[in-house]
Amino acid sequence: MSEKKTKRRDFLFTATTAVGAVGAAAVVWPMIDQMNPDASVKALASTEVDVSSLTPGNTLTVLWRGKPVFIRRRTQEEIDEARNVKMEDLIHPEKDEDRAKNPEWLVMLGVCTHLGCVPLNDKGDYNGWFCPCHGSHYDTSGRIRKGPAPWNMEVPKYEFVDANTIKIG
Amino acid sequence: MSDHDYRPKSKVGQWFNDRLPLLTLANHLTDYPTPKNLNYWWTFGGILTFCLITQIVTGLTLAMHYIAHADMAFESVEHIMRDVNYGWLIRYIHANGASMFFLAVYIHIFRSLFYGSYKAPREIIWIIGIIIYLLMMAAAFMGYVLPWGQMSFWGATVITNLFSAIPLVGEGIVTWLWGGYSVDNPTLTRFFTLHYLIPFLILGLVVLHIWALHVPGNNNPVGIDVKKPSKDTVPFHPYIVIKDGFALLMFMIVFAFFVFYAPNILGHADNYIEANPMVTPAHIVPEWYLLPFYAILRSVPDKLLGVVAMLSAILILAVLPWLDTSKIRSAVFRPLYKQFYWILVADVLILGYVGAMPAEGLYLLIARVATAYYFLHFLVILPVLGIKEKTLPVPLSITEPVLGGSPNLAAARNKESKIE
Repeated sequence: MSEKKTKRRDFLFTATTAVGAVGAAAVVWPMIDQMNPDASVKALASTEVDVSSLTPGNTLTVLWRGKPVFIRRRTQEEIDEARNVKMEDLIHPEKDEDRAKNPEWLVMLGVCTHLGCVPLNDKGDYNGWFCPCHGSHYDTSGRIRKGPAPWNMEVPKYEFVDANTIKIG
Repeated sequence: MSDHDYRPKSKVGQWFNDRLPLLTLANHLTDYPTPKNLNYWWTFGGILTFCLITQIVTGLTLAMHYIAHADMAFESVEHIMRDVNYGWLIRYIHANGASMFFLAVYIHIFRSLFYGSYKAPREIIWIIGIIIYLLMMAAAFMGYVLPWGQMSFWGATVITNLFSAIPLVGEGIVTWLWGGYSVDNPTLTRFFTLHYLIPFLILGLVVLHIWALHVPGNNNPVGIDVKKPSKDTVPFHPYIVIKDGFALLMFMIVFAFFVFYAPNILGHADNYIEANPMVTPAHIVPEWYLLPFYAILRSVPDKLLGVVAMLSAILILAVLPWLDTSKIRSAVFRPLYKQFYWILVADVLILGYVGAMPAEGLYLLIARVATAYYFLHFLVILPVLGIKEKTLPVPLSITEPVLGGSPNLAAARNKESKIE
């Protein structure tokens, strides 16, 4: 009895189990995928914002995909401060030039990369933003400088449609 | 066990019981031999059953009036509070009932820790209990989101964002949980569905918990195995039923105090402001019963490791029966463990306190020390203690210490044998 031969029945068991597993997975997948963003949520992909009223040193917060977006018209001081930071001082090194193509305008998701709270304007040790939830400090470029957040605040895809209108998304 | 021989007295009863032995089950539950030295810390099982049923009944009635929609949820809760007949009462019972449920479960868990109820042969009871506890936390968290206030919204945002700490797939999982790019209506409706489902899962697990309990029988304050039935046990009914009933009445006084005199003291004022995705409240705190774990999360400066530490703090309990190497169950006979037990209680209370405070300066330092100690207790102190500790002599039966302490031993023995 030590020699166990593969029989027709073993093949049938394996084949039945395999087909059953594939069938079960095929049924389970729609149940899982229905929880992903639906077509109507995805359809709200872009939003246009009039920024003509924004003066330097002020921030406009708009809602895009259910999340706040900060649009900051930076003062020259803030720009200088952001551009004079050494890369090695940064937790998540990114050049301000890459984050704000037009230095006067900083557009980013107002969502702390730690656990998703909305950071407060003009607060914190780096004159940028401060997240009240777990104490993350961001600089004038929205880069993480101190605290538990792992990354800089995200810059979404955006463009200037004309001099006064930004299209986000 | 005697209940296997049980036969109903009436003909109808016999006819029914032969086809579905429900009466045998009822007989087993009433006659179930229980150690006669159970103290009031053992009444929390019954109290927890009461809490679960209270939450299910009040939850069902609230669901008749609540509307799970981001635009209407907040208003529908106010509608329940102001317009629905006794809506305020039902909602306050449900909201405070969650806190009472956790209060009871923490006492129940710490009872287990003191008397070693998690040790062989009761590991499965313990693990089922931990699963119930996890489900309770999930249900409580999702329930807190339903009123769609500021704390609901931002609590949901912070907790779901914990999953984003998972490398590579984290962001995808969070989007999947939300059903969008932020906490919004799809999140609310699925949370409502799951909040409705979980209590019934818990109910099923409670049945398994009690079933697993009835195999070895109750542990007891002395922590020794008892022969059952014997002079060390009493039938569940009426002895334990009356004791549980009295404890439940006391518990309900506390419960009623919160419901009628301080219905919002355990909640947060910010949750009476409707959810606003543009503004985060200045100070986000979870409900009191999650604070120790929140403190652990915040005490670790790294996002992923913080989440790992928080989850480990809960899951470490599941392997506790194998971390505690001592053969002696009850802390009564473990002089060192008894001290470490109370240090752990203090440690968890401290974690709860700093969890409610801002994560900075001294609070953060205390949180870090307390977190380290929490893990030290389970991973180092317990395994070592079981080997090093000199335990006290354990009595051979529950009756022995009582008789041994009697100045008139012979008379007591005599009396005891007469009772038998």
